[in-house]
Amino acid sequence: MRSRTPRRMGAIGLTALALLFLATGCGPEYIVLNPAGPVGREELHLIELSTVLVLIVIVPVLALLAFIVIRYRDRPGSKAGYTPEWSESKWLEVVWWGVPIVIVGLLGYYTGKSTFALVQPPEKDVKPLTIQVTSLDWKWLFQYPGQKVATVNYCEIPTGVPVQFVLTSDAPMNSFWVPQLGGQEYTMPGMAMRLWLQADKPGSYFGTGANFTGKGFAHMHFQVVAKSDTEFNQWVKQVKSSSPALTMAGYNKLQQPGTMGTASYSSYPKNLFDKIVWKNGGRYMPNMMMDQGLDANMAGMSGMSSQTSKDSNAHS
Amino acid sequence: MPQWLHTFGDQYLMWNEGPLIWISDVLILLTGFGIVFVLTYFKKWGWLWREWLTTVDHKKIGIMYLIASLLMMFRGGVDALLLRTQLAVPNNHFLDAEHYDQIFTTHGTIMILFMAMPFIFALFNIAVPLQIGARDVAFPYLNAISFWLFFFGALLFNISFVFGGSPDAGWVSYPPLAGPEFDKGPGENFYLLALQISGIGSIGTGINFLATILKMRAPGMTLMRMPLFTWSVVATSLVIIFAFPALTVALALLLLDRIVGTHFFTMTHGGDPMMYINLFWIWGHPEVYIVIMPAFGVFSEVVATFSRKRVFGYTSMVTSLLLISVISFFVWAHHFFTMGAGADVNTFFAVASMAVAIPTGVKIFNWLFTMFRGRIRLELPMLWTIAFVPCFAIGGATGVMLAAAPADYQYHNSYFLIAHFHQVLIGGVVFGMLAGMYYWWPKMFGFKLDDRLGRCAFWFFNIGFYVCFMPQYALGFMGMQRRMYVYPANMGWNTLNLVSTIGAYLMGIGFLFIVAQILYSIRYGERDVTGDIWDGRTLEWSLPSPVPHYNFAVIPTITSRDAWWEMKQTGQTQALRPSADEIAPIHMPKNSGRPFILSACFFVAGFGFVFEWFWLAALGLLGVVICLILRAFEYDDEYHIPPHEVVETESALGRL
Repeated sequence: MRSRTPRRMGAIGLTALALLFLATGCGPEYIVLNPAGPVGREELHLIELSTVLVLIVIVPVLALLAFIVIRYRDRPGSKAGYTPEWSESKWLEVVWWGVPIVIVGLLGYYTGKSTFALVQPPEKDVKPLTIQVTSLDWKWLFQYPGQKVATVNYCEIPTGVPVQFVLTSDAPMNSFWVPQLGGQEYTMPGMAMRLWLQADKPGSYFGTGANFTGKGFAHMHFQVVAKSDTEFNQWVKQVKSSSPALTMAGYNKLQQPGTMGTASYSSYPKNLFDKIVWKNGGRYMPNMMMDQGLDANMAGMSGMSSQTSKDSNAHS
Repeated sequence: MPQWLHTFGDQYLMWNEGPLIWISDVLILLTGFGIVFVLTYFKKWGWLWREWLTTVDHKKIGIMYLIASLLMMFRGGVDALLLRTQLAVPNNHFLDAEHYDQIFTTHGTIMILFMAMPFIFALFNIAVPLQIGARDVAFPYLNAISFWLFFFGALLFNISFVFGGSPDAGWVSYPPLAGPEFDKGPGENFYLLALQISGIGSIGTGINFLATILKMRAPGMTLMRMPLFTWSVVATSLVIIFAFPALTVALALLLLDRIVGTHFFTMTHGGDPMMYINLFWIWGHPEVYIVIMPAFGVFSEVVATFSRKRVFGYTSMVTSLLLISVISFFVWAHHFFTMGAGADVNTFFAVASMAVAIPTGVKIFNWLFTMFRGRIRLELPMLWTIAFVPCFAIGGATGVMLAAAPADYQYHNSYFLIAHFHQVLIGGVVFGMLAGMYYWWPKMFGFKLDDRLGRCAFWFFNIGFYVCFMPQYALGFMGMQRRMYVYPANMGWNTLNLVSTIGAYLMGIGFLFIVAQILYSIRYGERDVTGDIWDGRTLEWSLPSPVPHYNFAVIPTITSRDAWWEMKQTGQTQALRPSADEIAPIHMPKNSGRPFILSACFFVAGFGFVFEWFWLAALGLLGVVICLILRAFEYDDEYHIPPHEVVETESALGRL
């Protein structure tokens, strides 16, 4: 029974993996593996490619281990070879230095290619939509600079249109992640960062904060609703006509720590996003702000409660 | 109850948080009284002071590290079980958000810094001087300081549980979440000061062992004749020396931000939290190689010994260790591919991170081919080593997948990442440390750990591991991210989370078997009468178990790699037995209580800073300075063991 120890162990590992990826791996709940847009698909391709490449090494390792441990186990009368002094083989070593180098070279090449591709809009012929995202304690604020509407904890996008999410935070840093559309990017106070995503088919996609921000973090989910261009425009119209406006006082209230459901606003204070970036430290990086198309001159900024500067000196 | 007591109880002892805290208080008090009672009743205070608290003997320091890290593994493990219990079902009410946040923070911090680090230091101390034919480390006094700084750092960290409150910003403790604006409580200060104090000790250990190995090898032991565990300690020490200062700086600046009001890591006033994140990971990524490389060293020793064969590709093994330690400094940004670095930066760090897999893969193949055409004995150390190979291979593979930057946009902070790093840290470090513990246990204590109980522990822990962590890869693909104390029921995450929790409990049972195994073996374990219970290859197996205080009565002369094995093959083992007329007085360091007192002063100072009681901090620092000055004027810190004493000891061991 003891002789089967290592074989069983390898088998457990393999079966567990196989079970996970083969038996259940394709269900709709595996949202990363069921992308709904070009960005998520590009990332999935890389996930698949890297899986195949690492298997080239893993499978021989597991097979060799099982074979060696079974064959060369010390038992009375074993007929297997025994060469206690054999410890060098140039060509064997060339193989296992060489093969991983080739694999890393290949994977590195495709990784670089993808990395550079993903900072570009997924589609160049369609005019992109911009959504400014602010992570707050513990909710998400979405502003549409083109449409002049704002939402909390959900956003709507048109299908087939590249969406440029510009991300910042007015709270500890979080990360903006919509797995079915594509990978995440951090939201950082005082910074504005860009993430391109696009949905090809209509649907409601799960989004979540992915970097811990304290007590209410676990409740920071949101939905990204993708619909046709016409329906999207109807939705904008409806928000404009039937939702309240977001005032500066309203924003200061949103900024207070707490969780909430969804909300829609027919308008928001001018340059709100720029001000959020500016007051959290963007003022020290005017070039970064201008690169992101934000107004870097906020000398006359007013009305916004500045939690950071208030507390930094009051702390004892 | 008087008002002041009530206020004190609520503010510092957290009595308002309910029965869990009260029970912990009572248990801690009972344990404390129990220890004091036992020591007093059996009149062991003097023994404790003379034999342990003041010792500078590397073997005893190693044993103390080992005990401490097993205790910390228990604490970190209980944390893990609490976390998994909370996540067993969606929307669970077992823990609230605050407690969950504190527990995942302490779990991570303790497992890396107060479990893995002392465990590797335990094996450094136990094995290195014996493997290179030395009588102690280069700086025995510093070695004691390192241990006691670690000990008091760990104590400071653990005290936060019942006094003042635990840190809750994650083990990485990023500002601004860990900065003064969002984290007021003393918990975060506990984190910063505990890591700072134990970190100073770690730097000391790095310097100490590099110096020991470079300067104190027995005659004839050239670098390329050193055992591979010793080589792994060289690589690890180099990484410690270069990486830990970055942590020291990051912690110090964040502490200044918190208690003095500087703005290094705030966004306002021109600070930048990214600087903390960079500094943290410039230490943090090398840190994982710091804990894994000694495990690689253990595997190299164990594989050769239990296959009765020379290690395959020795030169490649050394080269790959050194390559890993160099590359480890060029991969840190892969912890934040998603924080807005440009495509060029991300590509560089992605490829560098994948490159680590090359030397690591080479090591795996070399271990396999050490076993090939060998005679494999499945003793406990070998069992853990064999279990390591598939576990680490899969963990390494998912590591390469994570290194592909665009794919990482999907994995980052998800349970895929959690599964990956637990697989390399448990499958690599914990398996390696356990293999090392089983391997050198007879050398330390003179008896073997029970095989049957050890096998139970092995199977529970291993099967538990896969049941616990394989589902987490899948959960990552389902979009579940880390550090959520509750999760919604409609995402399809429920079953896999429950399975994962069951796995965690299986691992817990495995740990209990290890405890049972140790307790059982103290009484009934097979005694090691030869000193060479595994038919070993390296010098430590030429000595009796446990090893006498001075290690080698006569320093051996080395003529080949695997010196002890060669001597056994050629029938020259007598060459290592001293003859009475060869024995000269042995020069040894004197015990000293000052490392203990010095570190206790650091503890007092740290405690003062935690609560910003600056008078207490000043008092502690004053104590530190006094200890340093006293040491500077200490001239009589060495002595000689007279030859007749050595002769007596050796005769009693039957070696003369």
